[in-house]
This record gives sequence, C-alpha cells and structure tokens, in this order.
Amino acid sequence: MQNQKTENSNSLSLWTILVTFLKIGAFTFGGGYAILPVIKREIVENRKWVNDNVFSDILIITQGMPGQLALNSSIQIGVRLRGTLGGITAAMGVTIPSFLILLTIAAYLYPLIRDNIYMEAVFYGIRPAVVALIATAAIKMGRTILHGWNGIILCAVLLVTAIITGVHPILILLIGGLAGLVVCKGACKQ
Amino acid sequence: MEIALLFTLFISFFRIGLFTIGGGYAMIPLMEAEVITVHGWMNSSEFLDIIAVAEMTPGPVSINAATFIGYTTGGLLGSMFATLGVISPSLILILLLSRLLMKVIQNPSATSFLNGLRSGLIALILLASFTLGQSAVIDLPSALIFAALLIGSVLTKISPLYFIAAGATLGLILFPY
Repeated sequence: MQNQKTENSNSLSLWTILVTFLKIGAFTFGGGYAILPVIKREIVENRKWVNDNVFSDILIITQGMPGQLALNSSIQIGVRLRGTLGGITAAMGVTIPSFLILLTIAAYLYPLIRDNIYMEAVFYGIRPAVVALIATAAIKMGRTILHGWNGIILCAVLLVTAIITGVHPILILLIGGLAGLVVCKGACKQ
Repeated sequence: MEIALLFTLFISFFRIGLFTIGGGYAMIPLMEAEVITVHGWMNSSEFLDIIAVAEMTPGPVSINAATFIGYTTGGLLGSMFATLGVISPSLILILLLSRLLMKVIQNPSATSFLNGLRSGLIALILLASFTLGQSAVIDLPSALIFAALLIGSVLTKISPLYFIAAGATLGLILFPY
C-alpha cells in the first residue's frame, strides 16, 4: 500500500515536502484534531498529493497506533510521497516549528514573565481552565468510546485500580488492553 | 550537562510517545506520571502552566510540551532529547515496522485490545484531572473558573484556545492580589 502513489513521487522534492509541513506545523494551533483538517486541506485539496481514500486509510491506521495524530499522519504522507526520506522530512517539518517556538518561550520569554504578579494572576486562571479541558477530554472520550456495560465497568475497575495501587499509567493501559481481549470482543466496539 | 539525564529524558519521552494512543489529551496521564511522579522534574502547577503554553502555541501539544519540559529540565540538549524521544516511536513504527503494524491493526484482537486500552485511558485522564486539579482548584474563585469552563467545554465544541483565554481573563479579574 506504500506504492500507490509512485507516479508523481519522484517529481516531488524533499524541500517542497519540508516547506509544506513546516507551514502546517507553524500555523496550526490546538493539537491533533485541529491539525488534521489543515493537513487534509493542504495535502488532499490544495496540492492533491494523496486522494481522499488514501487520506482516510492513513487516518484509520493513525488512530490505531501510538503517537501524536498530526505527526503520524504527516510521516505516513511523507512516506507515500518520497519513501523513508519523505517520512523523515515530513516529521522534521511538523516538529521544527514547535521546537523553535517553544525553545524561544522556555529560554527567553518564560523566565521574564514568571515572577510578574499579573502573569501569576493569568496562570491562576489558566490552570483550572486546563484542568477543565482535561476533564472534558475524559468525558467526551467516554461518550464516544464507552458503549455498553463492559467498557464502563472495565473503566471503573481500572480507575479504582489506578487510585488504590498508584501504578504507572502504562501498566493500567496494558491491563486494560489485555482485559479488552476478553471482555471487549465486539461488545464495546465503537 | 549529564549524559545520564539526557538519556533519561529521551527514554521518558519515548515512553510517552509510545503509549499515547489516540492523540488529544491521551498523553497527559503519562506525562504527569513521568515528569512529576517518577522523576520529580517539576510540580503540578508548573506542569499545568507548560501544558497551557503548549496548547496556546502552534503545533502538536505533546511535541510542544516535550520541548518545554526538556528545556527546563536539561537546557538546549534536554529539549532536543525530549523532543526526539516523543517523535521517535512514530518514526520507528511507521518507517521500519509499517508492514507489521498494518497486520497487527487489521487483526480483530487488536480492536478488542485497543477498546480495552481506551477504557483504561479514560480512567487515567479522569484521574489526572483530579490529581492535577488539586494544584489548580485551590480556592473559591479558581473553583468557579473550573466549574464554569468545564460546563462550557462539555456543552460546546469551541476550540480549547478560547477556554484558556477565558481562564486567563477570569484569573486577572479574580486573582486574590
């Protein structure tokens, strides 16, 4: 399935791929679900590098695999355009703007504003906002993912396990996955 | 800069990247565990500040957070190792193991495994909002900000950016100066 797009792959320079993904990385706010529509518009609609079906395939693979959504789909598009080098180039494209911007903030801006009383007030309000967003993520994910009692009970059991034992989240995820093999056979299908 | 610290940063963020499944805030519980609980690189308030900055700046949130946390922990090299760590699992899986990955994802057992894992993920994100909330919801005004924005964000589909901006504005007004 990597060879579907070989017709135009050799005509695309790595530089073009890099610049395209640099632009996507530098001008898109708000993480994976905000970036995906921008990637689609740029890659599928404007540049027509991959078609709609290929893009849907990429999204399906991306949602079932580890890693950042925007990064994963960019790498896969890069691979389809120019193989391994294309994948690495696309990854660099989406990562470099983040890296440079956050490096500048962490190194120069944050130390300047950290001890300011008004910035303290701003972050005093931002912290509960971020916690509200995290809680919302759990609630909205629960609504779309936890269908049927199996999923809900498993979620409750894992929550209690995590609170009581305090084990590393990775262990909870793995226990959940293994339990899913038994209790989620189709029953808690999305 | 100690090489051991750089290596630890890389491995920590590699783990975070490897077990963040589904994007969004899936990386929050893992990052919280690695950065606060396991390594004690910062406290909950600093962590929340960084997540807020990572959300407000362009680009993927977990890459932004990796760069910031890497810098505060290990300087320039620290930010490079943390960032490389968080993107490496994706690169390795797609570039080297894509055939295997396709086979695994198409297997029906993988769907059951992922569904169970997602149940765990929801539990972890919920728990993270409680543990992180303890350093954010500290008095009546911050509790009001939390409640108002929680209701707003559950009921609407407005971009997270607006809620952070609202939080900042309310903070300026309600902060006990």
